Amino acid sequence: MQSLQMRSRGRNYEAELQRCRPEVALVEFGDYHPLKPIMVTDTKTRHGARKGSTSSSSSSSSSVPPDPLSSMLDGTDPLSMFAAASASETPAISRSASAGDLGRKRKEKEEEAVGADFEPWSSKRGEILARFTTTEKLSINLFMGSDRGKAPSPGSSAVSEKVRTRLEELDDLEEGSQRELLNLSQQDYANRIEELNQSLKEAWASDQKVKALKIVIQCSKLLSDTSVIQFYPSKFVLITDILDTFGQLVYDRIWSMCSDPRPLPDSFTVDDVNDTAKETCLNWFFKIASIRELLPRLYVEAAILKCNRFLNKSGIQETLPRLTAMIKGIGDPLVAAYTRAYLCRVGVEVAPHLKDSLNQNFFDLLGTFRQIGGESVRKQLALQRVEAPEYLTLYSPAISWILQCIAYRAPEPLLTEMMERCKKLGNNALLLNSVMRAFRPEFVADRATDFIGMIKDCDEAGFPKHLLFGSLGRSLACADPPESERLTILNEAWKVITKVRSPRDYVNCAEIWVEFTCRHFTKREVNTILADIIKHMTPDRAFEDAYSQLQSVIRKILTYFHDFSVLFSMERFLPFLDMFQKDSVRVEVCRSIMEIFIKHQLDLTRDPVILNAMLHICKTMHDSVNALTLEDERRSLALLIIGFIRMVSFGRDFEQQLSFCVEARATFCNLEPVLVQLIHTVNQLAMETRRVMRGSHSRKTAAFVRACAAYSFITIPSLSSIFSRLSLYLLSGQVALANQCLSQADAFLKAAVSILPEVPRSISVEGKLRSSESFLLDFTNNFLAMLLVVPDHPEHGVLYLVRGLLNMVQDYTWEDNSDAKVRVYVSALPLLAAMGQETYVYSVPKVDSNETLYGGDPKFLSEINKLCETLIGQILDHLKVLGRDEGTRRQGALAFSLFGVLLAHGDLRNNKLSQLAVNLWNLSHKHGHCEPRVSVRTLEFVKHQAQQPDMSHLSDTVQRLTLQSRT
Amino acid sequence: MSVTLDIRLKRANKVYREGEAVAGVIVLACKEPLQHHGISLSMEGVVNLQLSSKSVGVFEAFYNSVKPIQLISSNIEVAKAGKIPGGKTEIPFEFPLHTKGNKVLYETYHGVFVNIQYSLRCDMRRSLLAKDLSRNCEFIVHCQPQKAKVAPTPVNFTITPDTLENTRERSLLPKFLIRGHLDATHCVISQPLTGEVVLENSDVPIKSIELQLVRVETCGCAEGYARDATEIQNIQIAEGDVCHGLSIPIYMVFPRLFTCPTLETTNFKVEFEVNVVIVLHDDHLITENFPLKLCRV
Repeated sequence: MQSLQMRSRGRNYEAELQRCRPEVALVEFGDYHPLKPIMVTDTKTRHGARKGSTSSSSSSSSSVPPDPLSSMLDGTDPLSMFAAASASETPAISRSASAGDLGRKRKEKEEEAVGADFEPWSSKRGEILARFTTTEKLSINLFMGSDRGKAPSPGSSAVSEKVRTRLEELDDLEEGSQRELLNLSQQDYANRIEELNQSLKEAWASDQKVKALKIVIQCSKLLSDTSVIQFYPSKFVLITDILDTFGQLVYDRIWSMCSDPRPLPDSFTVDDVNDTAKETCLNWFFKIASIRELLPRLYVEAAILKCNRFLNKSGIQETLPRLTAMIKGIGDPLVAAYTRAYLCRVGVEVAPHLKDSLNQNFFDLLGTFRQIGGESVRKQLALQRVEAPEYLTLYSPAISWILQCIAYRAPEPLLTEMMERCKKLGNNALLLNSVMRAFRPEFVADRATDFIGMIKDCDEAGFPKHLLFGSLGRSLACADPPESERLTILNEAWKVITKVRSPRDYVNCAEIWVEFTCRHFTKREVNTILADIIKHMTPDRAFEDAYSQLQSVIRKILTYFHDFSVLFSMERFLPFLDMFQKDSVRVEVCRSIMEIFIKHQLDLTRDPVILNAMLHICKTMHDSVNALTLEDERRSLALLIIGFIRMVSFGRDFEQQLSFCVEARATFCNLEPVLVQLIHTVNQLAMETRRVMRGSHSRKTAAFVRACAAYSFITIPSLSSIFSRLSLYLLSGQVALANQCLSQADAFLKAAVSILPEVPRSISVEGKLRSSESFLLDFTNNFLAMLLVVPDHPEHGVLYLVRGLLNMVQDYTWEDNSDAKVRVYVSALPLLAAMGQETYVYSVPKVDSNETLYGGDPKFLSEINKLCETLIGQILDHLKVLGRDEGTRRQGALAFSLFGVLLAHGDLRNNKLSQLAVNLWNLSHKHGHCEPRVSVRTLEFVKHQAQQPDMSHLSDTVQRLTLQSRT
Repeated sequence: MSVTLDIRLKRANKVYREGEAVAGVIVLACKEPLQHHGISLSMEGVVNLQLSSKSVGVFEAFYNSVKPIQLISSNIEVAKAGKIPGGKTEIPFEFPLHTKGNKVLYETYHGVFVNIQYSLRCDMRRSLLAKDLSRNCEFIVHCQPQKAKVAPTPVNFTITPDTLENTRERSLLPKFLIRGHLDATHCVISQPLTGEVVLENSDVPIKSIELQLVRVETCGCAEGYARDATEIQNIQIAEGDVCHGLSIPIYMVFPRLFTCPTLETTNFKVEFEVNVVIVLHDDHLITENFPLKLCRV
């Protein structure tokens, strides 16, 4: 083994720095700069003028003249150009895209009648299905073939072929015709109806039109059956789906009959329809007109109402009033109401401009209202054991829908008239409810006081008042009543709400009114309401069934109260939170509060009210973490808590801040990211103290920063992630050193070195197992750089920490076939070289580094040199081993890096060293693994260096460094 | 080898009036050329009379009178014996609808005991080995509009327990009052029957209100006749216990083919009636009968 004395060359850092500093060129601001952002000027107002010209208007990009990027973009970046374009053109595009030019006019006309703001049936559908459910058993009674519209004459000899096949079809169905399905659960029922829907489509596709019609008739007949009345609205939804399908099938069929030679335009008239299509259409109407029972006849005719367009212009206009009148023949008020709803629905869809029959429908409905309390209804309810209030709510979807159709873009006087009519009916609660739900919120809000009066006048018996107030509250949440009335409204409403007995009804109603209160009132009123809710929901743990409503209360409050000091000064807010006793819900609520806090709390705070409350909330979140908590969940909770911690600041009161951190550490000990944040906070605190004291601590502050260091020191070991521990030790050590806490810094660094062996060889990064080597290398390099300024401990030997680190590196079980250890050695050489200098390249103010401690003591220098020698020896050994194996590429790279180090830090005047450098150069080029460009650059650098004073010896070395041409 | 024979009328609705020409095409579709012994087309209009079973015994003596009455008949040769080329062949034809002598073309009517039908029949005779082909096609005749136009006169009615005939125990009847009117009993066949009915009051709930359309067919001659009333259709206009005092519309479309303008000839009569039927909850039936006179304008 070659014994080699490494000598570091003396450095004058100051002079080197001077040399390296480039000529100072004055940069004129406002001039061209490659990184200067492209100025995007908003061209919304201008884009019309620049149509088609791509180059002419480059001046539009105001003050950025020659920027190549911006001139290419013509001053406007494409994104804002699109934005500007779409802002003005979207409506036009959306309209023309759908229907081409032909349909356009009609479309526009239709849009006048029904716009996007009309809440479509489809959105009500799901709501109804979810709301009206039952556990009772249902039955479907399909009586196929029972009604023969036209009784075929017996033995008529000359029925045409077509008629005969149809009759046969009919007979087929009649076999086993009456199918009664009993004991169906609600889900079974829905499935059966869906099956029928499918078989309708199948029958249609296989040209069995008669069968299709029969299915539809039978289905609509089911609607006259009001047994299991709670389910009726849902049944209506399911069955009208079938009717819609049927109506569409018929319409499409007739439409397609006219598509020869070209399809009918959207806006076709009767004249465009050919005779065959008309005849087919007429046939359908005749067939339907002969359906025996009233209800199927009504429904099926309503379903194909649209087909009237094929026959004559005024068909729909005449049919709607007729069907409306026919509904009067339906005895059961519920069935009639839903039939009206269906008719209105079809009417609005097919002929939105025909409002008269809508109104007529409603007036007829009012006319038959007395039936609801009538004898036969009462009997039925008694039989089914349904309470009157529940029965009345069954009406609300139908009536609401009808009213919505009427109220849509209706003139004010019409609405007023409707209201008057309702009043005349003795303020029927059911009606009132629907009126409030269907009419524009603004309309309702303007008359809120009137409505309250009307609600009060209603008789309590039928329809529960809290529902009425709920509907009113919903309107008031969207529209504001006159300012002067607001308080009265709230008082009146709450007077009733607070009397509601059932907690469920109460909370449903209260939840709605919270929004109104938050919108218009201060924390006092909201607090009162919270208190009231708590009072109602606490007995019998009623809150357990109302978590979703209570959550929504919180959500609403958070939408309106962003000032957390106000929020938490509501006495009842935290007690309200205490009602969330189910863990998952409570955490969710806390989380939503935290999210709002992080989003809206912009200033640092030290408000004890906020801190207490937030700590409580964060603690709740923290305490929900257990072994089963998912990693993502933990992370997001930790982020929220960190967000809070960052908002806490006690200003100059550092001690209190520290004690807050202590408290926080105790509270959030299960979430590592929070602990990490706390350590950072404390370190920051120490540095802040240093800044305030301008670097020289008083006795008091010195004690304080030591306390900070102590905090970090005892917190770090509780972290499980080894790398956060390592980096935090290092960081805290740096902070301690900066604050002149030498022994603390020593302790940190020692701790870091002592846990090095624990670093596992692979760690999991984003769920994947990765080698930890690169992390470890990064850390050691970082650590070495730090060690330069750390003064040696008087009681330990020279370079105690460096040795310690290197020993650890040596003992660490590196991966097989890894150069990592040697790489550490290579990077330790510059440190040692730097330590040998008279003045160090950097130092910590007010801390004496080794340079001062030893003052260039030759013993110290020889210690360093010895260490270097050992390291180089180790490295060369390793290079030899690599040469033996197949590691020539690695050998080359390693040799080159050692060469680099020697060149930069070694004193090459020493012949041995320069010989070693040359050897290393040759070794690295031996196998041609070296990047030639790097070699050339290095060579150039060495030549350049050689021209510097004191470096002339390098020119000899250069002579011996040969470039290998690639072969 | 398959061949299909079809008759297609020009008018999609197949409705013709006297004096018009029934026009259309005979469509022959076959894959290969086809040998035949001639194709003929005939038009026929017949009244079929049938006796109801209950009156058969009595009327056997008048057997003659139930022979079909021919209204119109003509025959043309479409093609002489020869060959049709393969593919689709369309042969147009046209029959004028003219009666011989003073016969009248009655309107098409499908009833129980009286049937008035018009049809086209196309026959293709073929060699002994192959079956003859024939095809029937019914077309519909509407009679000439009747000139006499009558202004519609509403018919009012009131039904109470007292107005009822044919009751056994008048005293057991519940009290009720039903008012209403038909807009006309002299109806245009293409227009619906309209009117309204109001249940003013009733002690018992009602179950249903229905309109029953009835045909009254009379067959016979001077020697005697059989008169039978049968239901054509029954349309429900009210279901369940309807609201009292509310006017419920009466609306019924006259079905095609099964109704025709009221007809009176020497051999048979076809008349129509409508019954307003009120079904009480205990299935009591209350019926009010209105004879109708249908016409075409």
